[in-house]
Amino acid sequence: MSSGPAARDRRLLMERSVPGRFAVAIPESDVPPAELPESSLLRDDLDLPEVAQLDLVRYFTLLSQLNFSIDTNFYPLGSCTMKYNPKLNDEAAALPGFSQIHPAQPFETVQGALRLMYELQQMLGEVTGLPGVGLAPLAGAQGEYAGLLIARAWFDSAGKSERTVALIPDSAHGTNPASAAMAGLEVVTVPSNDQGNVDLEALRAACDERTAVFMLTIPSTLGLFNPNILDITEAVHEAGGLVYADGANLNALLGLVKLGDLGFDICHSNLHKTFSTPHGGGGPGAGPVMVAKELASFLPAPVAALGDDGLYRFERPENAIGKINGFHGSFSILVRAWTYMRSMGRNGLREAARNAIINANYVQAKLRDRFDLAADRHCMHETVLSARRQKARGASALDIAKRLLDYGVHAPTMYFPLIVDEALMVEPTETESKETLDRFIRIMRQIDEEIDQDPALLHEAPHDLPNTRLDETTAARRPYLRWQQET
Amino acid sequence: MIEQTPPDLRYSKEHEWVKMNGDEATVGITHFAQDSLGDVVYVDLPDTDTTFEQFAKFGEIESVKAVSELYTPVGGAVTEVNGDAVDNPELVNSDPYGKGWLIRLRVADPSDLHNLLTAEAYEALLAESE
Repeated sequence: MSSGPAARDRRLLMERSVPGRFAVAIPESDVPPAELPESSLLRDDLDLPEVAQLDLVRYFTLLSQLNFSIDTNFYPLGSCTMKYNPKLNDEAAALPGFSQIHPAQPFETVQGALRLMYELQQMLGEVTGLPGVGLAPLAGAQGEYAGLLIARAWFDSAGKSERTVALIPDSAHGTNPASAAMAGLEVVTVPSNDQGNVDLEALRAACDERTAVFMLTIPSTLGLFNPNILDITEAVHEAGGLVYADGANLNALLGLVKLGDLGFDICHSNLHKTFSTPHGGGGPGAGPVMVAKELASFLPAPVAALGDDGLYRFERPENAIGKINGFHGSFSILVRAWTYMRSMGRNGLREAARNAIINANYVQAKLRDRFDLAADRHCMHETVLSARRQKARGASALDIAKRLLDYGVHAPTMYFPLIVDEALMVEPTETESKETLDRFIRIMRQIDEEIDQDPALLHEAPHDLPNTRLDETTAARRPYLRWQQET
Repeated sequence: MIEQTPPDLRYSKEHEWVKMNGDEATVGITHFAQDSLGDVVYVDLPDTDTTFEQFAKFGEIESVKAVSELYTPVGGAVTEVNGDAVDNPELVNSDPYGKGWLIRLRVADPSDLHNLLTAEAYEALLAESE
């Protein structure tokens, strides 16, 4: 008899519900009941689960055990930077002085929190070489959106409102064109050359008097450093445009090169990738936006500032694009990023970037005889393999990814970037040991052999997980979005 | 078994096909395109009477792997949209040259066809990219 997760009680909380059962005994009321107002907002037909406290605890404990996380397994999910997050970050964020304060409290009573935000702005400005920093955006995509609104506002203030085109490479993250469209810009795609870099001639040809921004991920979404980066930023500047860096891969540059020095004008950073704050679960996230000095007055409000009286305050930048959310960003995430940066220090951050690059290149070097590379050259923090040879032998990138789950390894990012056939994007991160990388390499080679020996092992994978191969097609075509009582 | 590259059609480099009937063109995606995309889960098509230049984006197609843009191989006004393909996107996979067609257009300029590939040239393009 199996004792694995699959054998466990997988009923949903609603299916464990028994009428009249409750998790907490509430004492008898010793005050007279108040009449509720007549309102259409009050309803009595709400279907809520009724369970005992122990049922509740078992249910959520089971869910937590089914979870796959960086704290349990190797997680080489390319572009997402699933590195270990030191627990010290969480401890700092839980300190009462940070966790028990209110955003509307008088600023004199939250000087520590304001100072932390001010210092984080300074550190992010230093590490990117873009000194104007706004911490308010709640995610990378919102940071992009804020950055593009800043670009538009800057052109408007200079009487250049006709600059409404965003140039975006064909290898970009999908959020780039989405953010540009949200910001009211027209998207024009720039092709890549056969080295996986932006085609410089095509970029020059696309730049004109309508160009507002060129958005570039650096290192690229293929995990490559672009050797023409200075020519690129110069070409866009000559045409009067701004250059935006998608900071999704900033972890590969920490302490090694500054985006401002390369000619970038605006960037965002996904703190959960580069600065070790929690991923997933839909948030909370933080995607600060960094800009060159001449754009700083357009940052979203508020920014933390240090007054001549030695007190920290929130300020509204002179030409602020407005507020990008209710208050001032995901504060507890900012605490974690500050803690990470301060505990790593300048040298530690550089070491992290270097190790991320070495680890990815080690995996690439050990797998390149079996898997095609998207670009046959040294990579930065991630390597993009192509399973096109494996597909010809009968197993797709999807099959390989699913089979990895059986070995306790999270699947790499698949089918991205879109310009690579059967892409498997592997990002080991700097926090994994050589032993873990060697195990991953052995598993990948083993799976490659299984394609010829026993292809069903791949086609039907995963075998050993709580859920076996899911029917993703039907789930997408006919989604089942709401639980209903079986009748 | 799907015929991979029917000889009576014309093809674009973006892997759309067009079939002419008088001045009416029927447009879809090729067998190679549906195979590369994988299971199609959503198709977004334009309203009838919308007009497009040749090679303009006319819609989007989403598979379990990715969202891709659709480009019309010939210019003209949309006369008909395949609602069956919208409701049952699996038709694009199972019958890309038949029930999985996407739109019909009244072709504005028949010389658009000169900018397209014959079945033979399209097969050569596929062979080259392998």
